[in-house]
Amino acid sequence: MIDYLISYPDKLLTPLLQHLELLVITLVVSLAVAAVLTIASMYSKTLARVLTYLFSIIYSIPSLALFVLLIPLTGLGTTTALIVLVTYNQYLLLRNFLAGLEGVDPAIIEAATGMGMSTMQILVKIRLPLAKKVLFTGIRLSAVSTIGIITIAALINAGGIGTLLFDGLRTMNTVKILWGAILAGGLAIIADALLKLVEKRLERTGADAPDNREKTFD
Amino acid sequence: MKAIEMIDVTKRFPDASAPAVNSVSLSIDEGEFITILGTSGCGKTTLLKMVNRLYEPTEGTIMLFGEDISTVDKVVVRRRIGYVIQQVGLFPHMTIADNVATVPKLLKWEKPVIEQRVDELLEVVGLDPREYRGRYPSQLSGGQQQRVGLARALAVDPKIMLLDEPFGAIDAITRTNLQDELLRLHKDLRKTFLFVTHDINEAFKLGDRVIVMDGGRVRQFDTPRNIALKPADGFTASLIASAREQERFWEELE
Repeated sequence: MIDYLISYPDKLLTPLLQHLELLVITLVVSLAVAAVLTIASMYSKTLARVLTYLFSIIYSIPSLALFVLLIPLTGLGTTTALIVLVTYNQYLLLRNFLAGLEGVDPAIIEAATGMGMSTMQILVKIRLPLAKKVLFTGIRLSAVSTIGIITIAALINAGGIGTLLFDGLRTMNTVKILWGAILAGGLAIIADALLKLVEKRLERTGADAPDNREKTFD
Repeated sequence: MKAIEMIDVTKRFPDASAPAVNSVSLSIDEGEFITILGTSGCGKTTLLKMVNRLYEPTEGTIMLFGEDISTVDKVVVRRRIGYVIQQVGLFPHMTIADNVATVPKLLKWEKPVIEQRVDELLEVVGLDPREYRGRYPSQLSGGQQQRVGLARALAVDPKIMLLDEPFGAIDAITRTNLQDELLRLHKDLRKTFLFVTHDINEAFKLGDRVIVMDGGRVRQFDTPRNIALKPADGFTASLIASAREQERFWEELE
């Protein structure tokens, strides 16, 4: 195992970097799309329902099937992978974004509306800061899920850690299989742990901070 | 000119059998303290929320200082009116100072002007600015939170204040203090107050005139004294009777 790492470091590093590259691109595009869809959903409850329903259906299709379905349209490679990954993420992101933003205490929204804040001002000044933890949970879930699905995307030539795994399987190379499994699993676990740390920090700032909780009486 | 004028205002909610507010016409002078009294579901909150266009009337016209509010942008109407609700609705992620500064910031006031106004308002509602400016709502008691709610509503010196059971969730002693201070505030500021409550004692104590509502209609709109002396109908009479009943209960205890 270690010999393999020392003799062919780039055979491990290249797939890992490809994996990370696709992850970052996927997350950036996913967030941009989800932001637009979320803002549009704030103006129309019907649109919010339709979008969540639509993406929940797509999300239930196995990724391999969706990859294969798209091959006649966009061919093999990263484009197809990116489309599938971004679409899957919309379900995780949109659902969490909307749950967080709609979950703000209605009394706070009523006060804000009654004082003359517009829908956009309420979103930016009230809903976003109060929902940031739930929003970030959505981002963490979609990051971890993306790391997993990219592994499968190796089957349609999108590169990444999956190439190691599938090469290993084809040639019965246990070392390759093991390295693939360790890298894919490890990446997901580390990403999850790091993002959870950020999430905890978000919780500890501002109004919810435990040291802000002390009460006084008049 | 009348501060608030309602002409044949009706509000029907979809899927409701009876209208929540049923052809209400009334007019309120500038500087009056008006309380709206009624049981839950009588339409008092609906009536109030049509004044700042949180609800739109199904029929009828509402005029503020002679201007039909359906012709003015909702957001503009609301920024001209102070609004206080029972749950207070302070923004938990903002300091007390930022909460109070909400509308001045929306109107893009200069920073030093806002700072000064916040201090002034906190003094007005009896909170020491040096102590409370930088605190968060969760560090305040219910009574203090509602004081901040009042300061926030008064921020841009609105001519009309709408108060929806502002002291409904506050303990009896604090409530009495806040009622007294609200009366003092009204006397100093001479704004038009529209105050919704289901508590007859509160309604009669605070109101220059009281609107008694039942089933979406105004049953009586008069001074507390006139209502007590000459209840207009059976509903108003039963309200007075229930208040007297309570009074007797206290006398018997002594």
